[in-house]
Amino acid sequence: MAIGPDDVRHIAALARLAVPESRIPALVSQLNGILSHMDALARVDTSAVTGAAGVGGESMPLRADIGPPIPLEHPLASFAPQLRDGFLLVPRLATHEDSGDDELSE
Amino acid sequence: MSTRAVNAVRDAFRRMAEVDAGPSGLNCILWSDEPYALADAAAVDALPSAGVLAGIPFVAKDNIATTHLQTTCGSRILEGYVSPYEATVITRLRDAGAVLVGKTNCDEFAMGSSNENSAYGPVLNPIRRSRVPGGSSGGSAASVAAGIVRIALGSETGGSVRQPASYCGIVGVKPTYGRVSRFGLVAFASSLDQVGVFGTTVSDAALALEVIAGRDARDATSADRPVDSYRAAATKDLAGVVIGRPREYFPATLDPSILRLCDRALDALRARGATVRDVSLPHTDLAIPVYYIIAPAEASSNLARFDGVRYGLRIDAKGLREMYDATRTRGFGAEVTRRILLGTYVLSAGYYDAYYRKAQQVRTLIAKDFRDVFDSGVHLLFTPTTPTTAFEFGAKSDPYEMYLNDIFTATANLAGVPAISVPIGDVDGLPAGGQLIARHFDEQTMFRGAFALEAARAESQ
Repeated sequence: MAIGPDDVRHIAALARLAVPESRIPALVSQLNGILSHMDALARVDTSAVTGAAGVGGESMPLRADIGPPIPLEHPLASFAPQLRDGFLLVPRLATHEDSGDDELSE
Repeated sequence: MSTRAVNAVRDAFRRMAEVDAGPSGLNCILWSDEPYALADAAAVDALPSAGVLAGIPFVAKDNIATTHLQTTCGSRILEGYVSPYEATVITRLRDAGAVLVGKTNCDEFAMGSSNENSAYGPVLNPIRRSRVPGGSSGGSAASVAAGIVRIALGSETGGSVRQPASYCGIVGVKPTYGRVSRFGLVAFASSLDQVGVFGTTVSDAALALEVIAGRDARDATSADRPVDSYRAAATKDLAGVVIGRPREYFPATLDPSILRLCDRALDALRARGATVRDVSLPHTDLAIPVYYIIAPAEASSNLARFDGVRYGLRIDAKGLREMYDATRTRGFGAEVTRRILLGTYVLSAGYYDAYYRKAQQVRTLIAKDFRDVFDSGVHLLFTPTTPTTAFEFGAKSDPYEMYLNDIFTATANLAGVPAISVPIGDVDGLPAGGQLIARHFDEQTMFRGAFALEAARAESQ
């Protein structure tokens, strides 16, 4: 299953990465090189094997759906890029009808 | 009043200034604050009773959250970020009296085997500066090997503690998955990640692990298991211990010098009463393909949170989507970008079954290999930690060739079992490590073997 330039553009868009066109050929080559080694897995008979998301020494323990509080030493404002009235500010989606160049949304 | 902690911290900073600073320095410490650490040390000295690590300086990999020093994961995307909360492992070490003196350089988001992928420049190997220190916890390993500290925290996803420990001639431990809390460890591949420890000696590593191990209510994957005194394992010989020598870890292509050191180490283990038996872990050669599907897949999900909205770098752009793209493209380095793309691909529609689901199934077989061997009466497995000693900077330009560095270590992460790397000798002046792997939660037997290996080497020198 070889990857082509359009596949790289597609997965870059899914991954929210703006990969420059100049880097696409190198990424195509590198990803195909890596994936060629994955073909070894196809030769293993796994018809009777259930895949596991993890293989720790014990199964995932259940707990009540309330975690202990996490004491924050620093307020959100100290590390958030932009904040107003306790809300994170981000640019508007370009698809919003009222989006403007300098508008920010909460 | 004691000045033990203050003096020890001063010594650590003095050593840091000697070996780490400047253009010819090792570049192993990214962030430190001497006045703050000295104040911490003075507070430890003022305590009426000393903890088991009272006054011992330590460093932590830069992907472990600390509330005073930055936590950047070696990435531009988190430059300047100071965590609002502290990782459980840091709290436990500090509660035992240890003093944090620095955050260490690492491959970006722990993705790498040479420390060449850090946004803040590579770490040099203190044993020979033209060589890599290993990765991804190269800064922590170099800090211990250079004598700045005796203990350091790293993180393991596919060998990122054991491999640099081997390259730098020190001890490195990957605990059982679930043995140590991951709360505050920045996630790379959550089903594989585990905080690990470095020590100048097996005893140092054992002590540090004793302190950080155990259930933490803030990490649902941390196990509610009793924590043994790993240092107590030092008093025992190896009578009755069966050690497996898996043939897949000793291929015909293995460097003959590494093979000779391993044979000598196995002889030493026999001399202390162990029985050595040839065993097989038949799916070992599939570990790297499995690892490099599962880890990037989990990373592509975990690293989605770095988008310029809540913390870290933000590159302003006209719209939200453009801001995400610009921030992530500028903030992530080449290897992280490559792995995010790879992970996104193997999880995408049409490829999920062929890659991700298949890798999960083969991972189950790899774990079964270990279970079968341990169920057959084997207590420990002995292998080389790495196929070679530390290589030159720039020697591995092909990504997959670099990934093969993890060939003897990634299996333990995939199976979730504990493993330790202990120095077993030198090849042309460069250290090599031997690896002991144990059954889930049997760190006690693992340390028993490690103490024996260390003692045997000391006697032979």
